[in-house]
Amino acid sequence: MNLLATVRTGARNVAWFVKGVMGEDAWDKYKAHHESLHATDAAACDSPRMMTEREFWRDQTDRQDINPQGRCC
Amino acid sequence: MGTKPRTPHDSTEGVDALDRDPALLPVALDQTTHDAEEAHWTPAKIALWGGISLLGGLSWVMLAVVRGETVNAIWFVFAAVCTYLIGYRFYSNYIQKHLTRPDDRRATPAEYKADGKDYAATDRRVLFGHHFAAIAGAGPLVGPVLAAQMGYLPGTIWIIVGVVLAGAVQDYLVLFFSMRRGGRSLGQMARDELGKVGGTAALIATLAIMVIIVAILALVVVNALAASPWGVFSVSMTIPIALFMGVYLRFFRPGRVSEISIIGFILLLAAIVGGGMIADTEWGASFFHVDPLPLAIGIIIYGFVAAILPVWLLLAPRDYLSTFMKIGTIGMLALAIIIVRPEIAAPATSEFVNGGGPVVSGSLFPFLFVTIACGALSGFHALIASGTTPKLIEKERQTRFIGYGGMLMESFVAIMALVAALSIDRGIYFAMNSSAALTGGTVEGAVAFVNGLGLTGVNLTPDMLTETAKNVGESTIVSRSGGAPTLSVGLANIMHQVIGGQGMMAFWYHFAIMFEALFILTAVDAGTRVARFMLQDSLGNFFPKFKNTSWRAGAWLTTGIMVAAWGAVLIMGVTDPLGGINTLFPLFGIANQLLAAIALAVCLAIVAKRGLFKYLWIVALPLTFAAVVTIYASFLKIFSTVPAVGYFAQNRAFSKALDDGLTTFGTAKTVEAMEAVVRNTMVQGILSILFVVLAIIVMITAVQATWKSYKTRDFGTNEDDAVPSQMFAPSGFGATPAEKALSSLWDAQTAQAKVAKVGTPERTTRR
Repeated sequence: MNLLATVRTGARNVAWFVKGVMGEDAWDKYKAHHESLHATDAAACDSPRMMTEREFWRDQTDRQDINPQGRCC
Repeated sequence: MGTKPRTPHDSTEGVDALDRDPALLPVALDQTTHDAEEAHWTPAKIALWGGISLLGGLSWVMLAVVRGETVNAIWFVFAAVCTYLIGYRFYSNYIQKHLTRPDDRRATPAEYKADGKDYAATDRRVLFGHHFAAIAGAGPLVGPVLAAQMGYLPGTIWIIVGVVLAGAVQDYLVLFFSMRRGGRSLGQMARDELGKVGGTAALIATLAIMVIIVAILALVVVNALAASPWGVFSVSMTIPIALFMGVYLRFFRPGRVSEISIIGFILLLAAIVGGGMIADTEWGASFFHVDPLPLAIGIIIYGFVAAILPVWLLLAPRDYLSTFMKIGTIGMLALAIIIVRPEIAAPATSEFVNGGGPVVSGSLFPFLFVTIACGALSGFHALIASGTTPKLIEKERQTRFIGYGGMLMESFVAIMALVAALSIDRGIYFAMNSSAALTGGTVEGAVAFVNGLGLTGVNLTPDMLTETAKNVGESTIVSRSGGAPTLSVGLANIMHQVIGGQGMMAFWYHFAIMFEALFILTAVDAGTRVARFMLQDSLGNFFPKFKNTSWRAGAWLTTGIMVAAWGAVLIMGVTDPLGGINTLFPLFGIANQLLAAIALAVCLAIVAKRGLFKYLWIVALPLTFAAVVTIYASFLKIFSTVPAVGYFAQNRAFSKALDDGLTTFGTAKTVEAMEAVVRNTMVQGILSILFVVLAIIVMITAVQATWKSYKTRDFGTNEDDAVPSQMFAPSGFGATPAEKALSSLWDAQTAQAKVAKVGTPERTTRR
């Protein structure tokens, strides 16, 4: 039973790591950032509207269009 | 000297601004706590580090002193890993303590500029993976393969010692200094620290170096795919696969990155298997059989189109695929080398240390140190370390793990590439890597040439070449220069012993070709884009319209100029009667090392401005070495009277032959070929001069800036103002006991806040 739990935690950690490295957690990070703004500071509600998930992913690649990053050799 | 306050931010008033309300949880551990943890040597710790030192020492003895018939590959792995661990634990710690002096009370750009997009605090282990995927490419895989001609020892020493004292130091310092400057780029830092002249020279050098690097990476792909129907088919399939992934992510399931990467990976495997079947059919073999020149033109057209297409359609999805492949394949190869433990029959130092080798011309010093750039010291990393990564770091102290540690990891990739290249028969190695000008491109020619080299222990037979070619599913392996095919044969050689047996060798070979082509194509595409923006920015100073990057015609024009620049070098390499890669690769290495020298020169000026003259040697050591190696190598390339080494010597020899009315000279069989050599060597010679002059200007301005700081004792800083941090995270891969204790307090506080505020969405944090 204990072993199963260990395996499950291990698998969850691997999935978390892979998603992080691949950049799949970008939306979660963005959402958390926006929510923390609203949580701490009511005035921040004037800050830019939070994008929807779909908008966010579009915006992400569109930003790379105007701000390219090199890959190494 | 070192006791002086280094920057205004560290003087007493700066400290006050960062002092935190004692009622709140601390955001940093005291330096004394860190020191105490380090100085606390338990018997277990002593035994561990004693064991690591002993094993590392033993491995070096096995590699460098013991001379058996063969040497086992496992000693390379142990020598590398033990040296890295010691370098990381002691040397990078020393740099941290005396040179960078991170202050975790200061917020990083990811915290004080947080926007949830470009600036977002990222878990250090995830960021390590990110950073590694961004710095590691084809460079550390190709250079060591070519350098294997000198024997295994020189390359091994340079890769392992070089990374500890030079490459990782550069990456760490650039990352740290860029982070302190809000993630500013290397070019901007050069302008800030070195003034207008140094800054402009650095910018032009970066642009020129980018062009040459893209061109030579493209040349590696051309050499690997030319006359290989299987390779051409499977690599070209990556384009529709990436397009499909791009559309899927844009319209069907945005953000499902892992899911589509797995689908893409399966399609990629299918493309490799399908390539084998298609190459077996008659029409497939003829349709996908492409000669080098048309292939090069194809890549140039591809490069232009890819660089003007929107990122979401091609670049982003292929980037995901390439990250996926990179981490997976490198991990797999490491495991396979440990399981298979191949015996290396190559000598420690070969017959060619004094020059005369067919793969890379010139003697060990300086050419080994420019042939292996990535893996030991790579200037290109300075662009990454001053790009995305500094904007994602959570805490200042983590720069050591990510910058220094990430580069150690790349060095390990280079060691594995070296082992893979050395694991194949030496005769086959030379038959594959000598240019067609020497072997005639035929099995008989290659056998005659290689056996004629008079290498001890090498007895190549035609059967060995045809058998290997058959095993890897290619029509021939003769003169497949450029490093990628050799590495693929080596990888196939190791992998088939773990999975699949002889029957899978062809699959593994093409898997490796695909793996390299994938990230070279991504680098070509991204490099063209970055170069285009740099050019637009510079042109914008004279024609303001170019500053507007969304101006379509301007974007196309500047993209076209950049593609034409690297395309011309690529065509030159492909059509070069002297063999291409062996004349151009030194230029690649020199360019990369000169960029490293530029980055280190900027670091030197910054360190001097902080007033840390006592520790200046940490930067001066790798800088001096890189400067000596590259300037000397450039000097030889420009002034050497040996035609095989000096570009202008070669130029004179061919011009004279033409003047004498000869119609064939050396490896050039026609007058046109002779004229091509005259043209190529002139271009290569001029590029060498350009690079070295620009780099010398940057270095002189850096030394001037350093001297000025020393003389005037006027220590300023271009760092962003210190902002107090509001968060805590451990610094290394694992947390130390003190860090763990503080982390759990923070976790408890977060959990409490969550309970107090029911309904707050759950946020997963792992420490």
